[in-house]
Amino acid sequence: MCTFQPPTARLCCRRVSHALFSGEEELTVHDETTCYLTQSCKTYLVYVRKVIFYQYFSSCISSPHSQFRPRFIGNFVKMPVLCSSCTEKRAVLKRPKTGHSLCKGCFFWAFEEEVHQTIVAAKLFKPGEIVGIAASGGKDSTVLAHVMKLLNERYNYGLELMLLSVDEGITGYRDDSLETVKRNQQQYELPLKIVSYEELYGWTMDAIVKQVGLKNNCTFCGVFRRQALDRGAIMLKVDKICTGHNADDVAETVLMNVLRGDIARLRRCTAISTASEGEGVVPRCKPLKYAYEKEIVLYAYFKKLDYFSTECIYSPNAYRGYARTFLKDLESVRPSSIIDIIHSGENLSVREGVKMPVQGTCNRCGYISSQALCKSCVLLEGLNRGLPKLGIGKHHRLHDKILSQQPLTEKEERKLKSVDF
Amino acid sequence: MCQVDEDYHDGLERAEVPSVSKKCVKCKEASAAVVIRAGDTYCRGCFKEYFIHKFRAMLGKNRIIFPGEKVLLAVSGGPSSSSMLSQVQEGLSQNAHKKLRFLPGIVYIDEGGAVGQSVEERQRTVAELQAVFKATGFPFHMVPLEQVLDLPSSVVVTAPAASEQPASAYKAAVDHFIQSDSSSCSTAQDHEQTSVPEVQESHTQLLQQLIGSAQTLTARQDLLNTLRHHLLVHTARTEGYSKLMLGDNCTRVAVKLLTSISLGRGAQLAQDTGFADSRYGDIILVRPMRDYSAKEIAYYNHMFSVPSVFIPGGDTKTTDKASIQRLTESFVTKLQADFPSTVSTIYRTSEKLQTACRNSSTADQADRCLLCMCALDTAVENASAFQATLTSEQLSQNKPSGATGTENPRQNPAPVEQESTAPSGQCCSSGGEDCGRTERGGGGGCCSSAKEPERTDLKSLLCYSCQLTIKDMSSLERLPQYILSEAQRRQRRSQMREEISEFLLDDGDEGS
Repeated sequence: MCTFQPPTARLCCRRVSHALFSGEEELTVHDETTCYLTQSCKTYLVYVRKVIFYQYFSSCISSPHSQFRPRFIGNFVKMPVLCSSCTEKRAVLKRPKTGHSLCKGCFFWAFEEEVHQTIVAAKLFKPGEIVGIAASGGKDSTVLAHVMKLLNERYNYGLELMLLSVDEGITGYRDDSLETVKRNQQQYELPLKIVSYEELYGWTMDAIVKQVGLKNNCTFCGVFRRQALDRGAIMLKVDKICTGHNADDVAETVLMNVLRGDIARLRRCTAISTASEGEGVVPRCKPLKYAYEKEIVLYAYFKKLDYFSTECIYSPNAYRGYARTFLKDLESVRPSSIIDIIHSGENLSVREGVKMPVQGTCNRCGYISSQALCKSCVLLEGLNRGLPKLGIGKHHRLHDKILSQQPLTEKEERKLKSVDF
Repeated sequence: MCQVDEDYHDGLERAEVPSVSKKCVKCKEASAAVVIRAGDTYCRGCFKEYFIHKFRAMLGKNRIIFPGEKVLLAVSGGPSSSSMLSQVQEGLSQNAHKKLRFLPGIVYIDEGGAVGQSVEERQRTVAELQAVFKATGFPFHMVPLEQVLDLPSSVVVTAPAASEQPASAYKAAVDHFIQSDSSSCSTAQDHEQTSVPEVQESHTQLLQQLIGSAQTLTARQDLLNTLRHHLLVHTARTEGYSKLMLGDNCTRVAVKLLTSISLGRGAQLAQDTGFADSRYGDIILVRPMRDYSAKEIAYYNHMFSVPSVFIPGGDTKTTDKASIQRLTESFVTKLQADFPSTVSTIYRTSEKLQTACRNSSTADQADRCLLCMCALDTAVENASAFQATLTSEQLSQNKPSGATGTENPRQNPAPVEQESTAPSGQCCSSGGEDCGRTERGGGGGCCSSAKEPERTDLKSLLCYSCQLTIKDMSSLERLPQYILSEAQRRQRRSQMREEISEFLLDDGDEGS
């Protein structure tokens, strides 16, 4: 009995054998599975082998026999696949981004080369610059640090690299991941600077969660981290910060901003580097912007990189989770959709006359802000006054009051207190 | 975690349980019949008034449809377009408060052939819809999708727009219309009996092969959508209509917006979802139902018995992950159930986008996508997602012989060389001139070239998203003739321009 169930395979193999074996030499099939195949399917298998041997993959998409896509072959025939790049070695992985099968060496080369192309094309760095790598110890930043060091040496960028970490003060999570960063520092021989929330703001995340509870605590952490990175960068006197945001992160942010209707961020979020405006703001860039998350994991896995992979203990992250799941589903339907979404985001045109926030500076700390007070000052004020909800939601009307240090009315205070229990 | 519960508890105490005997928020007299949103309860009369007003307000606010203009309503038989039809009917009726002043006609595209319905099923649906359309008294056209195979290639050419109308023109046109005898309105409503054209079985087969050549449901739906648009625009042109009304509702627009983003149509987003879409030049697509949520329409259709016909589509009874369109739809509807502001927030995002195509009037024919007719977004810019994709594909395929040192890339100087060769290769494959193509065109002559168009050839004429659709197709020879011949024409022109490029002083506008 023929083990080839799909009718398409059975139907096609006759045509294929006719076309292929008119004059060409025949290859022997060693797989035991072929014993159960009919003669025509055997010839089909031989054809498939030939396809693999001659690296037919790339051109077969436009050939009349495009039914024989690698995916189809992968489903029904088990045999060693050769790398589509060097055509010599056995492929060990299928690239999530393009679907090509690659060997280890070629994958590393392609991955690094792509990051290099991104850096060159976007003119991210200039020779002689000091670049801080935002390192959390997770997969993205570990791969980023590794690739940046490697490319800096390979292509003589002439950059001075440094690691920059933020200690949010989350027991059982950040202390462990910082250990990874410290190990990375030794492995890559890069200077490391750790700035902590405690020294900058006088609050650890543990203390903040104790006051605000598990809801909205990510608002505090995110806002503080952004500023902490900038402050750390200024302490280190770096010219640029690069972060480990990958293609999935960017695509997810595009979706999030559509779901929230945040047109200003929607326009900004696909930019590869921030405009260097304002004092005390260090430009940031995302060299991994076009790298798929899955490829980063593959890279870290095959390079045996040392990274920390635990979710933050305080992040239930409800709404972003929906966007994330949706993106993963999209990727499973059409793997290119991550890049497609980024392409969409890059090409959006915003109607003229739509109100956009204007960048100013915070009246208290001088950091960039679109309001009178920057978000982190408001959040901090709320924490220090025991009114944690001050920075959650929009309370722009209260900014003047906070600035002039007027007391809030009782009614306002009641609203902003966390629920007692 | 206790805190979370606490919050809910608080919320529950405050929320009032909606009672059956609640009064209408508008008139505060009659008892409410529907709850449109939380807190908005309407009685029957007020709901009808609200619904009708919204339609007039949408048309009145945008001032795009001029009095006396011929407007074609695209009715699929679904709730939303049926509701649109009933609104137009309502607006034109003698006792309407503010009468609509345009001349409507109806078009129905019978897609049964593409979906694989039997001839009997199709006839039944057509008969059912015909009865509905006859009752309106408007002229109607029943067009089988098979006709898309016989379209002229002028369909995929943007026609020059009717002269640009200044804002004051609308007012003048209204005055003029009121002064002139409005009897023209009634004469135009002569019953125009359109017989259903016979569909040849061979045509249906060709259509099915065309749709079937798209190997993913995502591409199939995208292709079907494009073909439908072409046929709608062609019908409007031949029958002398200048506006085409589509029944996309708010929920639909939200889904479409997210789908478009996921398909890489960011540049075309505003045109895909905006109120007016002028990509075809002379025929303007209008979406007057954009303000209604699917729920409102369902309520209205139910309460005022607006007839609608259910017609299964390509994604009926499929799983969530069958296609991107389907996945997005289920994502939005599920999120809407948990967060009731989802649809309206996404919808408002679309409002903030640029509706006028950046270079809609100036864009050369060659700069427009062959399929979706939008301005091309595939110029290879440095550091763009499109370039990153090209780089990835190039790097994972067979490398040029120069760079073989994969085993030890660190000490290999080859990659540097690769770096310099890569960008030129990218420009080549996506830019106007393709080395392979010129070679072929020069050798074999363009007219006698093989019927099967080279995929790379066609790609250079398409936008990013349509390239993805074409990528999912097994063969391109099944594409309708009008698309293929227009593709050849454009290629010939770009070749010609290439040949005389050194003598052209400017990037000539003559090309269009």
